[in-house]
Amino acid sequence: MAAKQEKTFSPARIAIELIDVKKSFGNQQVLSGVNLQVEEGTTTVIVGASGQGKSVILKHMLGLMRPDSGQIKVFDQDIASASRRQLKEIRKDFGVLFQNVALFDSMTIYDNVALPLRERTEASEEEIRANVEEKLEMMDLHGVHEKFPAQISGGMQKRVGLARALVLDPKIVFFDEPTTGLDVLKSNEIYRLFHDTQARLRYTAVIVSHDVPKIFKLSDRVALLAEGVIQSSISPEEFQRSDNPLIRHFVETTMGPIYSSEKEETAPL
Amino acid sequence: MLKRWAKFMFNLFEKIGDHALYYLEQAGRMGLFLLACVWRMVTPPYKLFPAVRQIHFIGARSIFVILFTGGFTGMVLALQGYYTLRKFGSEGLLGAAVALSLIRELGPVLAALMVVGRAGSAITAEIGIMRNSEQIDALECMAIDPCRYLMVPKFIAGIVSLPLLTAVFDMVGILGGYLVGVMMLGVNGGTYFQGMYSSVDWNDIEMGLVKSLVFGLLIVWIATAKGYFLHWERTGGFGAEGVSRTTTSAVVLASVTVLVWDYLLSAIML
Repeated sequence: MAAKQEKTFSPARIAIELIDVKKSFGNQQVLSGVNLQVEEGTTTVIVGASGQGKSVILKHMLGLMRPDSGQIKVFDQDIASASRRQLKEIRKDFGVLFQNVALFDSMTIYDNVALPLRERTEASEEEIRANVEEKLEMMDLHGVHEKFPAQISGGMQKRVGLARALVLDPKIVFFDEPTTGLDVLKSNEIYRLFHDTQARLRYTAVIVSHDVPKIFKLSDRVALLAEGVIQSSISPEEFQRSDNPLIRHFVETTMGPIYSSEKEETAPL
Repeated sequence: MLKRWAKFMFNLFEKIGDHALYYLEQAGRMGLFLLACVWRMVTPPYKLFPAVRQIHFIGARSIFVILFTGGFTGMVLALQGYYTLRKFGSEGLLGAAVALSLIRELGPVLAALMVVGRAGSAITAEIGIMRNSEQIDALECMAIDPCRYLMVPKFIAGIVSLPLLTAVFDMVGILGGYLVGVMMLGVNGGTYFQGMYSSVDWNDIEMGLVKSLVFGLLIVWIATAKGYFLHWERTGGFGAEGVSRTTTSAVVLASVTVLVWDYLLSAIML
């Protein structure tokens, strides 16, 4: 897997900002005041134990769920209070890779990737073909155009999902557990493709993942969701050295004693 | 004793209220969904190809079942009608009886029920599976309006196909009636068609046409809305079982709605 390279641009603008977002389901409060900032062009990974509400945060960012209170700003536009039409406009900047990929199972791979172009642009069939071919090529997908999603492997489905998410060159791409269900080789392949495409297309990435510590190598910021709030949004190095007891607990339980001892060996202080 | 009785009554009212609120909410949701779909149907951009594909699915592929049921309905109408009319010596009215029953009542209703069973169930299952597997969420996240993309072609297809299928049903039914009444039971062929010609007027055709248009809209509305709101189903809209349960309830609801609206439209138009 390729290591994260230094970015050649200086991130400054805030792409996504969550301000005191609260959400309950019945009596259960899942988000109890989430605050998070995602800078443009960076990769933020949201980690946390299962059932903490990572996917709920993602659904809020996508406008698929509305918070009970709080604001979710995407390029300064609040999607929590946006109308359907405004939401549709905001979503034109989005690309999403769902956990179960959510490919349209009755369409061919080619039609899946071409769909956003056909529905959202006035491009001719030749232009669409060129764009789809380019994206499928970028994902190392050959000879699958006329196949249906059920006829290709899980790893290939993820790559098709990524091609579809990127086909309109979005400004922000969301990844919900991008490597779930994949073996190590296929996971690494997805990470490599993510790294290559982000370097090329310069999108802002928000990744929900539990693939710790591997995912740290790709991230600029790591945000831990625990007890209904984001405990931190800091660099992976700071994250691993944090004194926050919840982060310490997370690091120790997910990375085990190897990382703890590594920390002791490498910690300068 | 009194306390227990009070508690029982309290629970009963709570349950009734809870159910009433749920169904009111469902009705409101489905009503807004219908408005949204109809609005998108009449506003641009218009896309022809997806609508034609759905007309092929809902309309053209239902033709066999319509031919079959239409033919046998006409045949049984002629058979029953012949023996009833013969008691009054009015076999000559057989053509009129068959045609009026088919055009005003049985054609639109039975064609609609066939479409509910064949296409309505398929639509609910298709949309329901798309909802369950996050494909509808994926559309929304791609800034593609699911109502416009998925539902509008189906609504257009329902409204276009049902009157045409009803017309085919009526025609085949009349021919089925001819087969039994004229060729098997010996009613005069000229009398059969003359009775039909003199008794069926535009009002009868209009009633059949209005009914089939309304049924087309109702069937597609219920089938799509049930699938689209699968995740709101109280009985649990999850997994394969959720889809199957919702499909069943959509078919039952659409069939009952067709029959209720058949009465309402007859009462209004007569």
